[in-house]
Amino acid sequence: MKVEKQVTSGQLDFAFTRRAAFVGGVQAAIGLTVAARMSYIAVADNEKYKLLAESNRVNLTIIPPRRGWFIDRFGKPIATNRADFRVDIIPDRLAKKDETVQTLAELLALSTDDVDRIHRELKNAQGFQPVQVADGLDYDKFAAVSVRLPDLPGVSPRQGYSRFYPSGAAVGHLIGYVGTVSAEEYQKNKKPLLITPGFKVGKDGLEKTLEDRLQGEPGAKRTEVTARGKIVRELTTRPDTPGKPVQLTIDIDLHNYAARRLGLESGSVVVFDCLTGDIITMASMPCYDPNSFSDGIGRVEWKMLNSDDHIPMLNKALQGLYPPGSTLKPVAGLAMLRHGIDPEEIVICNGGYRLGNRVFKCLGRHGPVNMTTAIMKSCNTYFYSMGRRIGYDNIAPVARELGLGQEFPLPFPSQRYGTVPDSAWKMRKYDQKWTESDTLNAVIGQGYIIASPFQLGLMAARIASGLNIQPEILLQKRAAAKPLSFPKAHLDVVREGMNLVVNGAGTAVRSRLMLDNIAMAGKTGTAQVRRISGSQRGQSGAWKYRDHGLFVCFAPVDQPRYGAAVVIEHGMGGARAAAPIAKDVLTFIYDRAQAMASLEALEAGWGGNIEQRMAAKYAVFQNQPAPPPPLDPTA
Amino acid sequence: MNGIVPAPIAALPWRVIFILMALVGFGAAVLYSAAGGHFDPWAGKHVLRFGILLGMVIIMSRMKLEFWKSITFPLYLLLLFLLIVVELLGFVGGGSQRWINLGIITLQPSELMKPVMVLAAAWFFDRLPPNRIFGIEAVWPLGALLLLPSVLVIIQPDFDAAIAYAFGLGVVGFMAGLPLIYFWGAGAGIAVLAPLVYFFGLKPYQQDRVLIFLNPENDPLGAGYHITQSKIAIGSGGIFGKGFGNGTQSHLDYLPEGHTDFVFATMAEEWGIVGGFFILFLYFLLMRWGLTVAMQSKTRYGQLVAAGLTCTIFFYIMINLLMVVGLAPVAGIPLPFVSHGGSSMLTMMLCVGIIMSIERHPGAKRGQFQ
Repeated sequence: MKVEKQVTSGQLDFAFTRRAAFVGGVQAAIGLTVAARMSYIAVADNEKYKLLAESNRVNLTIIPPRRGWFIDRFGKPIATNRADFRVDIIPDRLAKKDETVQTLAELLALSTDDVDRIHRELKNAQGFQPVQVADGLDYDKFAAVSVRLPDLPGVSPRQGYSRFYPSGAAVGHLIGYVGTVSAEEYQKNKKPLLITPGFKVGKDGLEKTLEDRLQGEPGAKRTEVTARGKIVRELTTRPDTPGKPVQLTIDIDLHNYAARRLGLESGSVVVFDCLTGDIITMASMPCYDPNSFSDGIGRVEWKMLNSDDHIPMLNKALQGLYPPGSTLKPVAGLAMLRHGIDPEEIVICNGGYRLGNRVFKCLGRHGPVNMTTAIMKSCNTYFYSMGRRIGYDNIAPVARELGLGQEFPLPFPSQRYGTVPDSAWKMRKYDQKWTESDTLNAVIGQGYIIASPFQLGLMAARIASGLNIQPEILLQKRAAAKPLSFPKAHLDVVREGMNLVVNGAGTAVRSRLMLDNIAMAGKTGTAQVRRISGSQRGQSGAWKYRDHGLFVCFAPVDQPRYGAAVVIEHGMGGARAAAPIAKDVLTFIYDRAQAMASLEALEAGWGGNIEQRMAAKYAVFQNQPAPPPPLDPTA
Repeated sequence: MNGIVPAPIAALPWRVIFILMALVGFGAAVLYSAAGGHFDPWAGKHVLRFGILLGMVIIMSRMKLEFWKSITFPLYLLLLFLLIVVELLGFVGGGSQRWINLGIITLQPSELMKPVMVLAAAWFFDRLPPNRIFGIEAVWPLGALLLLPSVLVIIQPDFDAAIAYAFGLGVVGFMAGLPLIYFWGAGAGIAVLAPLVYFFGLKPYQQDRVLIFLNPENDPLGAGYHITQSKIAIGSGGIFGKGFGNGTQSHLDYLPEGHTDFVFATMAEEWGIVGGFFILFLYFLLMRWGLTVAMQSKTRYGQLVAAGLTCTIFFYIMINLLMVVGLAPVAGIPLPFVSHGGSSMLTMMLCVGIIMSIERHPGAKRGQFQ
């Protein structure tokens, strides 16, 4: 600034005019910038912001679909939905977390387990995704929370539905149970429905395998909400589409009866319609109560189930495998007839059969027996002798044709199909030649051969009708079953043998049906759990070493309609443990009053029906000294 | 003018009054809708306040230019004193305070200082001999004028007001013919100082505002919420808007401050960009009026005051609109004549009143015979 510039006010005036114009230009430019920016937001991004405004305004609540019912062949409910009350927390709207949870814990009498879980879930929860506090509440508790709502922001009491199984434990293995979606399942398919409180998916049994049919379509409740979460008004609500009902071939009354009749035993009852293959009954006891699972099973109950040596978590009808024992003798009989054995040929039973230097024992000294007598008396000697004559490779195909060793396309998560051994099988499996003693063992249903109660029931049904029926659990119209490859004459011989078992001088005469005009035919079986040692014969000692009791049967004898199998684990004998149950179950079909009278007398001695006994057992279990707590269930 | 309208009324500066009425009226309509279709609590007061202040403005317009010139410096000193009083009141009351409650109205000295700063700067340049405009004498008094009130408001803390003072002073200096090198230098200085101020001068909540302005989606539920919701309101309005009374963002409280700082978003949601352009057009007319008054004023003080006050109004408009459309950080600056709020309307109307007075008294050129 060395050079003094002379500035006049005229020059400043001129500068002012120019600079004012410049300022005006800058203002206009900024104005245009705002206009351009606004146009961009409102025109180019209009759709995006419209959507955002809409998602601000509208709060979408998923209504879990009601699950499809299970109904029996006559339309009676097997699994339904029961209205229940539940309380959730919407994390976003929760003001005082700890106090709210504390208040809820007092109002709903929540356990510390539950409180810990709620805190854990709240920590991981985000936004409007509700966290379950409790469900299956009674109206009083629900109302207690509802009236305090103004003090409990973020708490949402709702009415929902939970799965209900009127039959309780009786249908546990048949239907399975439902539960909340696990983290893995959600990872696979991230539908928001899956983590909606109150939404359950099938976890086992038919509930699991028929999930797609049962699930239904969720509804949506749209409400207009303010930024503070206050509901302004309800917008259109799309109702849920309930899942489709599934009609089963089961006769639920018969099924329930069978389950109750199993009583204190660990075992299963399977009844087929022997003309169609429909599964009328498939009971397996003891069992968990699927209602406990659908409400979220407690830790104590879960522990009780897992510590029971009767394995209530196993569906014994499909997944239990047992040596069929003498129930396989009719199968051997059919094979013998096919391979030219005259049914009238006599074998003398002296209480055993000598093979080389080893004697295979019979249960008694039956003297001279033909085939029907051998079946009636369950004479091992006859079958040793004849089985050895035709060889087991000729018997195995018959066993397979009758359903043993087979797997069926049924919607159950798992079925075990057992083993029907023959020489090729043994070579493959053990790299050993089939021996004659293998034949003698297999022909009386011991040794390598194992089968499920389901297969045994099917076997009985196929023998009864002579039809190649296919088992089915979903009620539907099907083509008539084709006949099996056995001539009627052969079947008649075997059926007559089975008739004599019950109605002649056989092993199960005490289980004869007390009905006019209707008789049952059957075959007992007693399967060894371990090798016979000394004189014990598996009839005493520790429960788990006792023999299994089996019974296969059909009725009516003259015009078979039902085929069935009863397997009682460690029941010590088919005639003793299994046949009386089969008798009562089949009686129930024809004369409910008589069957119920028999059951009620028994239950009086057992300590009540299934529900009462489970409750008593639970009470005892709960009062046991608590085991040391697990290290960290979440780790 | 013919005789139907009485002469005193016909003589009023109707052009600007119509512009203001349009702005206030439209603002009232938006506030009416924002209150869910009620004049309470905003729209009614808004119009009433404008009516009273319009009377004050017309009285102000009668004042001669010399009057303003004579009270400028006393006014400046008075406000400086009041700023100190406010500071002391806040100190005694145990918290920051920005206003003095006079019973009938609340005075906010930091707000009133904005136009007065412009007056003070114009007063200074009016007294400065033209050939001293390049010297140091043209700069340090300005610095002094700016420094004292700025320090006082920054303590409050009201950083936005300090920026407004600097802006007003800078605009007047620019118009007065200060060398351009100063403005380039200031620009460069801000470029260097801004990061320093950001890291050392701003409080964490102010730092947040800047960060979030740069990327509002980073924090959609926290401090970025305002900008995000404002953009949603404007964007969802589209070209013609959702219709009067149908804005969901404002009615359901998603848009915060929908009746004050974000009133433009409330408007745009219901009226679309058509409404936005209408408001921009009214502002264009207002700015044109102000700058025209400045250009037509014959006195240097009149020129600088009219231009400076026009720019003060513009400063509000600019900061508010850029903020609402997401181009500037969130600052608590309302939209002139549209937003609900007494203190800002008082400031704006003071500006308008003084400009009107200049329009009425363009004065004569220095040295000319009056």
